[in-house]
Amino acid sequence: MTGAALAPRRTAPLGVLVGAVSSIRQSVFPAAAGAYGLREAFGNLAFVAAFALLLLVIGGVGSFLKWWRTTYVVGAEDIRLESGVLSRAARSVPYERIQDVSLEQPLLARLLGLAAVKFETGAGGKDELTLAYLPLAEGARLRELVRDRKDDAVPAVAAAAAEPAGQVLFAMSPKRLALFGLFEFSLAAVAVALGAAQQLDFLLPFDVWDWDHWREVLDVPTHRIAELGPLVQAFAALVILLAVSVIGVTTGVVRTIMRDWGFVLERTAKGFRRRRGLFNKSDVVMPAHRVQALQLRTRWLRRRFGWQGLKFVSLAQDQGSGSHAVAPFAQLDEIDPIVRAAGFALPDAATDWHRPARRAFIDRAVLSAAIPLAPAVGLAFSPEPLLAVVPLLAIPLLALRQVFLWHRARHAIDERHVYASHGWLAPRIDVASRVKLQSVEIAQGPLARRGGYATLHLGLAGGTLAFHAVPLAEARRMRDAVLDSIARLDFSQLS
Amino acid sequence: MDDQDEERALTPLHPNHVKLLRVQAALMALPVTVAALVLEIAGLLPTGAIIVPVLLSAAWVILRVPLRRHAARGYDMGSDRLRVVRGLWFHSDTVVPFGRVQHIDLSQRPLERAFGLATLTVHTAGTHNSSVSLPGLAQADAAAMREAIRAHIKRETL
Repeated sequence: MTGAALAPRRTAPLGVLVGAVSSIRQSVFPAAAGAYGLREAFGNLAFVAAFALLLLVIGGVGSFLKWWRTTYVVGAEDIRLESGVLSRAARSVPYERIQDVSLEQPLLARLLGLAAVKFETGAGGKDELTLAYLPLAEGARLRELVRDRKDDAVPAVAAAAAEPAGQVLFAMSPKRLALFGLFEFSLAAVAVALGAAQQLDFLLPFDVWDWDHWREVLDVPTHRIAELGPLVQAFAALVILLAVSVIGVTTGVVRTIMRDWGFVLERTAKGFRRRRGLFNKSDVVMPAHRVQALQLRTRWLRRRFGWQGLKFVSLAQDQGSGSHAVAPFAQLDEIDPIVRAAGFALPDAATDWHRPARRAFIDRAVLSAAIPLAPAVGLAFSPEPLLAVVPLLAIPLLALRQVFLWHRARHAIDERHVYASHGWLAPRIDVASRVKLQSVEIAQGPLARRGGYATLHLGLAGGTLAFHAVPLAEARRMRDAVLDSIARLDFSQLS
Repeated sequence: MDDQDEERALTPLHPNHVKLLRVQAALMALPVTVAALVLEIAGLLPTGAIIVPVLLSAAWVILRVPLRRHAARGYDMGSDRLRVVRGLWFHSDTVVPFGRVQHIDLSQRPLERAFGLATLTVHTAGTHNSSVSLPGLAQADAAAMREAIRAHIKRETL
């Protein structure tokens, strides 16, 4: 390390612009709301212009001060960041502690050739170190530097990861993305759209809820509609249903394409590298040995067509979610090589699945029956006692759900891994490496003690893993097996 | 506890732990008892209708419950793992291998200090059971256990 590199440095000056724009963007909605609220008092353009100017100045000055007061040092053993306009904070992150380095490029930063460099420590969102913004090349250089430092400290890793560099494990074509988007149909977006239409209808040049207007637009002769009567109503319902599905599907497709455009997962010498994003590009590297567990997820409809999603569980965070999506929409034969590259195995025909205790699900069905029972008792004493039957109809449904849950739940353990599969409509499969588990807990509530079953919680770095309703004796056996494999492991192998 | 037979016997917590639990229970019961006393003096219901059941349950909470809670707790310090058992209704039995301990806390709150007790907390990297605490140890025992665990942590696992 040269002397120059040890001097405190500032981030890229152009980053001030990105910071200013994003702070203005954040305040534009509250400001618009404020201006709208006060429009009676100061109903003129000058006021609006002054307000906008004030926002710009505050955003710009704030962003500049932040940049001016932020310095970082890339030291021999750690990266140090000093920041804060009024109160100063200094943070030092040793290279050893850095889980991974990710580069994120929001749209504007990308246009300016900048990137936010995030050093993830696994301490959870707030406690990680972010340098926003550095030139992209500098970010890439820092990432290489961190990886080299780490590899120096952990020489065992390099040998384990000696594979052909930059081998593409999984990529998504635009066609695949569009298909993925169709399955990501979002009802939430529909609700938001309908709500917005109702709230903001004064902004639209016509009344959304005015059927006469729509009839004019659609140019349907009035007298024929009067003749048709109920048919028209059915037609209206159909139109609404169609509009809702169009909104839902479009939102799903657009969101998916924005997030996962150009999705590429590579196996490099140092781990897994994932790039994705249309406007907000992200480039994440996960060292293979830091993958703690796998999550295989699907939904009931896409499962009919064999589509599954794979996530890596590790201490690092992935853009707000806990686990890294490495193959969000793939067939099993595409997922299998990724799983093997990470040193895991998917359950197969030879997996010795065990079923959970049936008693636990009966207990839960009985407990859940109490929920509709309360309103039913209330209704029985109301003026309409017959209505009490209505909530009771839910009881068979709740019981049926438990039957489904029992039918799907299973767990297995082999020499190297533990497997759990559960879910109601679609199975969710978790695979964890036995040696990477942190602790084992057998928990029993009052009902579980009577029924002789227990929940086996396995401590997993960056995630949770629990086997529910395992017969007690079996839970003990599994605990001993897991503990034995943890205790046998030499620490230098794990790192 | 027939289901415990096949396992190693647990080490019970220090006898002073019962006293600590009793003081804590008494502190909890105090406001309720005072409130009951006020209601009793106000004379809304026949004499003793409030204070008698409240005093009886307070006595049960202070005298009986701590004994049972104490009996439900225990630990086992193995050669390479720490086992912590607790919970009367919601029973839990946790094992933390020394090799997975990230760091160790030894704490004494004022009440614990009065009884010469300490709480040993081991932290792991797991999201579940990120910290497992074992209260009611004699101060000297807890310090010795901390040293023993620390001797086993050759190197961090993460």
